[in-house]
Amino acid sequence: MREPPLSNCEKSFLLKAIQEGKRLDGRETYDYRNVKISFGTDYGCCIVELGKTRVLGQVSCELVPPKINRPTEGIIFFNLELSPMASPAFELGRQSELLVKLNRLLERCLRNSKCIDTESLCVIAGEKVWQVRVDLHLLNHEGNIIDAASIAAIVALSHFRRHDVSIQGNEVTVYTPEEREPVPLSIHHMPICVSFAFFQQGTYLLVDPSEREERVLDGLLVIAMNKHREICTIQSSGGIMLLKEQVLRCSKIAGVKVTEITELIQKALENDKNVRKEGGKCGFVESMPKQWITAFKVEKALVDMSDVEEKAEEILSRAETPAEMASKPVLWAPGTAQIGEGLESSWRDMEEEGEVEDEDDEGGIDDPTLAVSQNIDMEDIPRKQEKNSDDVIILSDSEEDEVIILEPEESRKNTRSKHYAVPSAKKATGGKKKKKKFTL
Amino acid sequence: MAGLELLSDQGYRLDGRKAVELRKIRARMGVFAQADGSAYIEQGNTKALAVVYGPHEIRGSRSKALHDRAVVNCQYSMATFSTGERKRRPHGDRKSSEMTLHLKQTFEAAILTQLYPRSQIDIYVQILQADGGNYCACVNAATLAIMDAGIPMRDYVCACSTGFIEDTPLVDLSYIEEAAGGPQLALALLPKSEQIALLEMNSRLHEDHLEKVLDAASKACRDVYAVLDRVVRDHVQEVCTLLGE
Repeated sequence: MREPPLSNCEKSFLLKAIQEGKRLDGRETYDYRNVKISFGTDYGCCIVELGKTRVLGQVSCELVPPKINRPTEGIIFFNLELSPMASPAFELGRQSELLVKLNRLLERCLRNSKCIDTESLCVIAGEKVWQVRVDLHLLNHEGNIIDAASIAAIVALSHFRRHDVSIQGNEVTVYTPEEREPVPLSIHHMPICVSFAFFQQGTYLLVDPSEREERVLDGLLVIAMNKHREICTIQSSGGIMLLKEQVLRCSKIAGVKVTEITELIQKALENDKNVRKEGGKCGFVESMPKQWITAFKVEKALVDMSDVEEKAEEILSRAETPAEMASKPVLWAPGTAQIGEGLESSWRDMEEEGEVEDEDDEGGIDDPTLAVSQNIDMEDIPRKQEKNSDDVIILSDSEEDEVIILEPEESRKNTRSKHYAVPSAKKATGGKKKKKKFTL
Repeated sequence: MAGLELLSDQGYRLDGRKAVELRKIRARMGVFAQADGSAYIEQGNTKALAVVYGPHEIRGSRSKALHDRAVVNCQYSMATFSTGERKRRPHGDRKSSEMTLHLKQTFEAAILTQLYPRSQIDIYVQILQADGGNYCACVNAATLAIMDAGIPMRDYVCACSTGFIEDTPLVDLSYIEEAAGGPQLALALLPKSEQIALLEMNSRLHEDHLEKVLDAASKACRDVYAVLDRVVRDHVQEVCTLLGE
């Protein structure tokens, strides 16, 4: 399924908000969403939540022969998967451009920066090395996949413990966790990706774009850094032109964010270690908040309300007062009436003429039916004027009018007396129904 | 760095260059008659061939067409004989599709695509010999080929890679320097406006050095620009002479 495009209306709304320095979730321009890390019961299994973006990381390893050109180095393999579970726009088993981009970025961020000591993964040079496989699954897509995935990858790797091995001659013994305590991988540093979104040809900059923001951005800059402020990867993408100053500014911001996140990761790892040591409960089931009744509870987003009233008044004062206009119904044909604006009606003119006429010869009329109808007319006219000065849209009096079924074409030809006969008869039968004046 | 001294005490590199010296660039435009535009470039021992077709009607599925600009379609490939180790390179492995993506991004930003709505521009690039700076050679070759095809661009796109060894930025890395595993940064620049069309960096570099490396890289890109501009002017003059004007 292709993602339905964002409507122009929503796009301009988002861009306008960004121009004003506001974001839909109440964050500031440089704010990161909350990062939450939970561990599974096994080593090397974790779920990282970045706001509502959720990535599952799982590390596994096996003994394989090494690559020919690097006989003393272990192999690390990264694989990110975008399943349709995360978003209906993702298709299974297709190497989309996005997927290639993300996978390569992860590889470059974690493998090329040599954050893991691959030589320590060697068991027998040229014969057996550990192949570490990092599988990342996107469980929910709410923007900024790469940041969440890079955190998940490094957390899973630092949480992972591999089986201990010993070598006697050419014999390799792999010990089970019961026999010997599994050993952690040696990790030199923790590279973490930070994404920057550029809007309006680079005029506006946001950190950690959400899914909506990602869809209106012009360009993206991903900077991977570790807490020693060493840049591990930079990647710009999208059709924008960056300036050197922008890149340097982003790298400064990235440094701050990475320090915060690294601290958080270390705290989470420490916590988990303590829990395991004390034999407490661990695993996803324990760490996930129970959301039975409160499942739909949404955390309050802070919305800037400081100048709302002034702004509302300003808008009100600027707005034009709605033009006075009569909601005079116009009857086009039997059963077809029109209320409000539209084509200039020739009928209305005629009616108005008729009104004047009616009032003119009011005095000289003796016929009782005529008098009745005149009275009604008289009643109607002031009421109408009253209404006109009121609100523009009042449908109540039109209701009275619309029930009258007149045949304009015929009635024009009819004699005057006949005219009045029709409404009076109606009055007798319909009772409540009032008649609107109509004359020639 | 395995005993290899990439920068001698006298400030010379393995191939005898200074730190900020480019390799010799030789280029030709219009090497094929069949294509709308083509170019061949040699940067030291890295050799690349670029061919441009278009702008033409959308080929394949029409749903790809964009109503307000042209689609830029890129394809990057490496010849089997391009590296020391002879290897069949199937299409669609991660590295080459990443390179394809990067080329596409670079040229989507540089070509005035909005002039050709509902059309397509194909850029095919092949590395004939790989000796470091493949991406850069591809960008430079493709720039010349696009000019040969007469497709309007904002500016030249000049790319150059830069490394950083012993507190000195080294420009235009060769294969040996790349393989040493130091930080490397590839920059595609529009020289006139100093805008960055693509920035890519690998391996570890301290943030404080970033500015220095970026400056060296953009200086190198401007040097590349001078060479490319010369090539284009010579080519146009040659063509004019042949046409008898």
